[in-house]
Amino acid sequence: MSVNRLQGGLIDHNAPINFTFNGQNYEGRQGDTLASALLANGVRLMGRSFKYHRPRGVVTAGSEEPNALVMLREGGRQEPNTRATTIELFDGLSAKSQNHMGSLKYDFLGINDRFAPFFAAGFYYKTFMWPKAFWEKLYEPLIRRAAGLGSISFEDDPDVYDKGFLHCDLLVIGAGPAGLAAALTAGRAGARVIIAEEDFLLGGRLLAETQELDGAAGIDWVAKIQAELASLDNVRIMPRTTVVGAYDHGIYGAVERVSDHLAAPQPGKPRQIFWRIYSKRALVCAGAIERPIAFENNDRPGVMLAGAVRAYANRWATTPDQSVVVFTNNDDGHRTAADLLAKGVSVPAVIDTRLNAPFATGTEVLAGAQIIDTKGKLGVKSVTVKLANGKTRVIPCGAVAVSGGWNPNLGLTCHQRGRPVWDNPIHAFVPGGALPVGQSVAGAACGDMTTSQALMGGGQRAMDALAALGITAKEIELPQVAEESRNITAFWHVQGAKRAWIDFQNDVTVKDVKLAHQEGFRSVEHLKRYTTLGMATDQGKTANVTGLAVMAEITGKSIPETGTTIFRPPYVPVSMGTLAGRSVGAEFHPVRKTPSHKWAEEQGAVFVETGNWLRAQYFPRKCESHWRETVDREVLTTRGSVGVCDVTTLGKIDVQGADAAAFLNKIYANGFAKLAIGKVRYGLMLREDGIAYDDGTAARFAEDHFVVTTTTANAVLVYRNLEFARQCLFPEMDVQLISTTEAWAQYAIAGPNARKLLQKIVDPDHDLSNEAFPFMSCGEITICSGLRARLFRISFSGELAYELAVPTRYGDALMRRLMTEGEEFGVTPYGTEALGVMRIEKGHAVAAEINGTTTAANLGMGRMVSKKKDSIGSTLSERSGLNGDDDLRLVGLKAVGDGVVTAGAHLMNANGPVDAKHDQGYVTSAAYSPVLERSIGLGFLKDGANRMGETLRMVNPLEGKEATVEVVSAHFIDPEGGRLRV
Amino acid sequence: MFDLKPTTALGEENARIDVVGAFTISENPNCSLASLAARKGQEAVVAGAIEVALGIDLPGPGGCVTKDDHRFWWSGPGQWMIEADHDTHPLLAQEIKEIVRDAGAVTEQTDGWCLFDIEGANPEALFERLCAVDVPDMSIGTATRTNIHHIGCFLIREEARFNVVGPRSSAGSLHSALVEVAAGLP
Repeated sequence: MSVNRLQGGLIDHNAPINFTFNGQNYEGRQGDTLASALLANGVRLMGRSFKYHRPRGVVTAGSEEPNALVMLREGGRQEPNTRATTIELFDGLSAKSQNHMGSLKYDFLGINDRFAPFFAAGFYYKTFMWPKAFWEKLYEPLIRRAAGLGSISFEDDPDVYDKGFLHCDLLVIGAGPAGLAAALTAGRAGARVIIAEEDFLLGGRLLAETQELDGAAGIDWVAKIQAELASLDNVRIMPRTTVVGAYDHGIYGAVERVSDHLAAPQPGKPRQIFWRIYSKRALVCAGAIERPIAFENNDRPGVMLAGAVRAYANRWATTPDQSVVVFTNNDDGHRTAADLLAKGVSVPAVIDTRLNAPFATGTEVLAGAQIIDTKGKLGVKSVTVKLANGKTRVIPCGAVAVSGGWNPNLGLTCHQRGRPVWDNPIHAFVPGGALPVGQSVAGAACGDMTTSQALMGGGQRAMDALAALGITAKEIELPQVAEESRNITAFWHVQGAKRAWIDFQNDVTVKDVKLAHQEGFRSVEHLKRYTTLGMATDQGKTANVTGLAVMAEITGKSIPETGTTIFRPPYVPVSMGTLAGRSVGAEFHPVRKTPSHKWAEEQGAVFVETGNWLRAQYFPRKCESHWRETVDREVLTTRGSVGVCDVTTLGKIDVQGADAAAFLNKIYANGFAKLAIGKVRYGLMLREDGIAYDDGTAARFAEDHFVVTTTTANAVLVYRNLEFARQCLFPEMDVQLISTTEAWAQYAIAGPNARKLLQKIVDPDHDLSNEAFPFMSCGEITICSGLRARLFRISFSGELAYELAVPTRYGDALMRRLMTEGEEFGVTPYGTEALGVMRIEKGHAVAAEINGTTTAANLGMGRMVSKKKDSIGSTLSERSGLNGDDDLRLVGLKAVGDGVVTAGAHLMNANGPVDAKHDQGYVTSAAYSPVLERSIGLGFLKDGANRMGETLRMVNPLEGKEATVEVVSAHFIDPEGGRLRV
Repeated sequence: MFDLKPTTALGEENARIDVVGAFTISENPNCSLASLAARKGQEAVVAGAIEVALGIDLPGPGGCVTKDDHRFWWSGPGQWMIEADHDTHPLLAQEIKEIVRDAGAVTEQTDGWCLFDIEGANPEALFERLCAVDVPDMSIGTATRTNIHHIGCFLIREEARFNVVGPRSSAGSLHSALVEVAAGLP
């Protein structure tokens, strides 16, 4: 048997489990945590402290643990900063201690402790000041290395994490006596109940106490209640689930550790689930957390909280040592002594700070005494006690069980900035009046520290919560519980100590709080930032109130006057993987595929993300060694014969209604009311402030029916704005809107042979001649012997071009057909790169030009903003500030010689300084034009319309690049538009 | 008859059917869809025309009504989605337009969406990991709009199955979400 294993408890003594800690093999039992199993094996030293690298052991038995943080598992599953107190032991578990250089026993960085006077609170802010350049490259990396916690493996996490959503009438948080009574009360009433419990067993403190309920063990009552709850369809029991945040409207975040108790999740099963719980009412029954008393060297392994020592003995049948002294300021500490004695553990003394300490059998009670020091390098070996009479006594022991009182677990009650109030009888903060909407609190979490109070409170608060929902619940029969004595006299720290720890995780001592006060950091929020009190993974769950009490003592204020810091979610650390859920890697966001995607993949297309869409960027051929080669070919083939591009991604919005034309007249800056049926018009949309925000076309299919197209990126934004306009700005209009973007596969067919290619698939009764179907026509046609389709004669490339749309399910087949039928013309598919090159050659603006800062005038489309009608943004577009004489105008830029035009570069006069003051404009788009055989671009230039032919310097100081460019028309090719109209 | 071969939303020739644990997740490409929006002040006229022609009482918010060939579900104030078999109603939008005439705006939506039928015991367990809808509280014959893995969808509950109607271009991502989450259930 392990050295410190006791009899009884809730572990299975017949179920051994093998595990390793720092490479050494140990044996635990089913039902153990890593902490309890290590204690049973006589291991008290579990880690090193954050700053001073002092030896540290486990302090608590729950998620509030500040010290016993380990790196759990290995490889991709290695998880740093995992609390040994919450890790369920499983066969093959592997854990390593963290934050030491060398072995845990002989940590080289333990030397930090020798230089402790230099590392007092705020030392970062006072040292490493010079030389300034050393901070980033030397000091900070060194400090981070020395003061880190665990490390990660840098391997990919192999596990999956889920997210989920639950709904209930009553969410009960915590399954101790209050939570169980509440859940049963609500469950019997038929309400939809969720009871979430952080532990893997229900019962809360009842699992850790010997207290009887109805004359039987507390766990018997727990088992009975759990069985009934499990039998109710309307109750969902969620063990291993920590509610980590209270959010608006009764929504709670909870992490369920589905597979953490296994060596690895079952294939395909999630490791953890992040639940969003929508509750109509919530009852916090999260219990209380014991606090330590600060005294000299109170951080040695073996110094633990008394309630935790009791839990280890009663639940996990283990003890940190066979000889344990108790140090307390309240009656609860005496229960630990009694329970340890009953388990056969020696308790040499109960050191009670109170002169009126109660009598105890089996041990000596030292009333009015205090521990003033401990000894023991890697674990406590003795304590030095100052007796009431002023004499000192050294008591050998291997552990100290400390109780400074209990703090209600406030986190969830304060997540919406509620402030707790001070409760003097229990010397602790309790939830205040401003709880999150729909939330109430029961049990120790609201200061009801006895089991009978918790049971009654749980049942009553559940009835109250349900009554507010119109559900009548009846009282349940509560078990009889013996009266408990909970007397306490405030005692926070032993005076005169040189190094008495308050916050174990951050190495904050009483002296640090005094230093913060001395240096003017007296507000609790300043105290926290200056000393790091209450930061890091435990968020000061065992430390905060003691820190406040010490500050209050120094300032002469009361503790409530001193106040608390803000509580924020999450209540316990949540791994990034859990927050991400399945939105990782390739599934980080949904992918939208075009109708020709599969075909494009078969062609070896290179894809680019445009929003969620994957679009073919270019279609390389085997003989092509560089993307530019491919793009040049696609451009030249299109301009020379015919090319096809999938333009399905452009937004398509169906606009119908008697007022559809009038509505579009409001939406677009230019006029649409008189657009003839069967015609398409280019349109520009302005924001309300007069800045251009999207462009596209609107095709009129009937008097009361238009199809509006938008840019790919703005499809959702335009639709949303149209809905806003329809519902809020022009509710009197008869307009109906719906997106049809995905319903139609749409291909641009461009080039001098575009008509010939189309004529091979468009059914013969549709006349595609220039006379019958001129530029900017649209119509409903049929292709391939009867498939309904829409045809638009519009051009982005500047060539004779059409856009052909068919129901999406035929999109793949249509692309294949176009390629087959186009063979005789040498047809090429072209991607977004060639599309971009051709639109720059043609001078068409895209998001790079309509970039949220430019007006219609800047774009050279000032005259499009109709003054004959009112449209969104038209009035504000006339502001003088947007209409100066030397305002930016869209121009073309042609590199001189071998220069390269670079998007983002700025334009400067050929002679003169290069600085922001003399900036003449900037380049928005650039490409190599295979037609012009040189680098070209578009950009905005001050007074650009009047500077054609001027030579400018194009500078990019960030990259040290410069070129000479000539200002030309933005329409590099076919400025008269002759090619479009043939 | 035209000679272009259709593909499913998942880009295949045939519909995908996955049996994952207790669930069967089937792509249903044989669907015609149309949207119907009543013209301003014409809600009663539209409702009357549909009632006369199809015997269907247009559903209110959250409602979904199936009768004979057609299924209507509410999609917004004065707006509905309509579904019918593609084989028998390939031009559903035209059919509906002929019924409501100038009282309603009808738009073809057939290929704007993908449909997945989900059958299996305890569908609540699946959907509670997919969307925020209170599925246990969702009665038979209801439809709602929700997000499934960041994808806006309609969720429809029928007698023994659920239908997820999502945007066609994201069919692959939606299908992955359905199948992978189903595989992760206990």
